[in-house]
Amino acid sequence: MKRDVTLTVNGLLETVRVEPRTQLAEVLREELRLTGTHLGCEHGVCGACTVEVDGAPARSCILHAGACAGAVVRSIEGFAEDAVMVALREAFSAEHALQCGYCTPGMLVVARDIVLRLPGADAVRVREELAGNLCRCTGYQGIVHAILRVLESRR
Amino acid sequence: MKPAAFGYDRPLDWAAALGLLVQGARPMAGGQSLGPMLNLRLAMPEAVADLRHLPGFAGVAVRDGVVRIGAGTTHAALEDGAVPGRLGAILAGVARRIAYRPVRNRGTIGGSLAHADPAADWVAVLPCLPGDAVLLGAAGERRVPLSRFVLGVFETALAADELLLAVEIPVLPEATRWGHWKFCRKPGEFSKATACVLAVPGAAPRAVLAALDAGPCLLDDAAALLRAPVEEAARIVAGLALEDPWRAALAKRALAQAAEMAA
Ligand SMILES: Cc1cc2nc3c(=O)[nH]c(=O)nc-3n(C[C@H](O)[C@H](O)[C@H](O)COP(=O)(O)OP(=O)(O)OC[C@H]3O[C@@H](n4cnc5c(N)ncnc54)[C@H](O)[C@@H]3O)c2cc1C
Ligand code: FES
Ligand code: FES
Repeated sequence: MKRDVTLTVNGLLETVRVEPRTQLAEVLREELRLTGTHLGCEHGVCGACTVEVDGAPARSCILHAGACAGAVVRSIEGFAEDAVMVALREAFSAEHALQCGYCTPGMLVVARDIVLRLPGADAVRVREELAGNLCRCTGYQGIVHAILRVLESRR
Repeated sequence: MKPAAFGYDRPLDWAAALGLLVQGARPMAGGQSLGPMLNLRLAMPEAVADLRHLPGFAGVAVRDGVVRIGAGTTHAALEDGAVPGRLGAILAGVARRIAYRPVRNRGTIGGSLAHADPAADWVAVLPCLPGDAVLLGAAGERRVPLSRFVLGVFETALAADELLLAVEIPVLPEATRWGHWKFCRKPGEFSKATACVLAVPGAAPRAVLAALDAGPCLLDDAAALLRAPVEEAARIVAGLALEDPWRAALAKRALAQAAEMAA
């Protein structure tokens, strides 16, 4: 049965009328037309759907609408003005860290978390942290370089 | 939409949560195992009872030499050092190798233990530690030693109308030795073979071998394993008569490696 779910998305209080089983990714993409969030595997493995929930990265494919009532969600669109994200976007272009771009929104949310949580991370640690985000195009080299570039610029 | 339709309830006290269980609701903690099972329709509950907003569900308290870890404490909190001291360092090292940070941000120690996936990390590690699982049912609390909580593959000491409240582990002396080896081909994957060895000064060392398509295998006295890791690991694994030689090789390696780390 559909019911009203109220949550904060990218700073705005939103109320959507959905079934509890609706995935958060669907709430974002279909109810709120925020199509920057992508769905791949839909069981938590690929990382394409990663957004920020209550201040920390989370999979939006295995989080369902019922549990999102009251949550504070930030999807890739909500990072437009974020200074770390601006630096990451520039580094991603400079280092050819994307081709088709399908993995990119999830990659960027995780990359930003790495930069802020692990300021001392080296290439090995960056790769370890990226293990939960699959990219079918780039071979990861560019992504790792881009994240290291931003980490180094902040030291 | 991937899951079959389900109702959603958010109990705000434990009595209400137990009441929902009696009505057939499936408890949900981080949803990092239940979420995929719902999407794949491996789980089709009538209703889900979201435990995340219960008082005291998450958090760590140290009292009288015992660390109480709320069932809803996330892997990420443990990775970030929520538990102090030697025990905290051991738990943080395990937590960091569970899945990926976005999964660890929501997945909980209690959910992992209650789920009892034979390849899961807490399922492999907690039986090696002294202490209890604290369970809550209509008749009140009861305690089950961590070494006896997981009974088999997806099988635990929890009754259908009980919830896991907390995990309690005594503070470990700084001189405690510990080895933990998780084999996976990609960081964050479910394990193909896990072993851990705990040597608390003054107590018999213990070891666990897990992720063998069976429940965790507890070795109560690992003294011989610590003296001769490679030989003893080979003897122990031969005794398990594992069918797949590849898995047997991984198990042997994991056990010897964990013992060498703890020696
Ligand atoms: C991509 C991916 C990779 C993963 N890799 C690993 C890995 O390498 N190692 C690993 O160990 N885990 C891994 N996991 C699982 C993860 O650790 C989960 O967090 C954990 O298994 C379940 O915890 P949860 O809090 O999310 O529980 P939930 O998914 O909410 O619940 C799991 C089960 O336990 C029951 N339950 C939950 N809490 C309680 C409670 N307090 N009392 C009674 N019953 C309860 C639920 O009813 C359900 O049956 C992975 C998950 C994903 C999505
Ligand atoms: S779509 Fe969510 S992790 Fe793959
Ligand atoms: S750029 Fe195509 S999947 Fe990563």
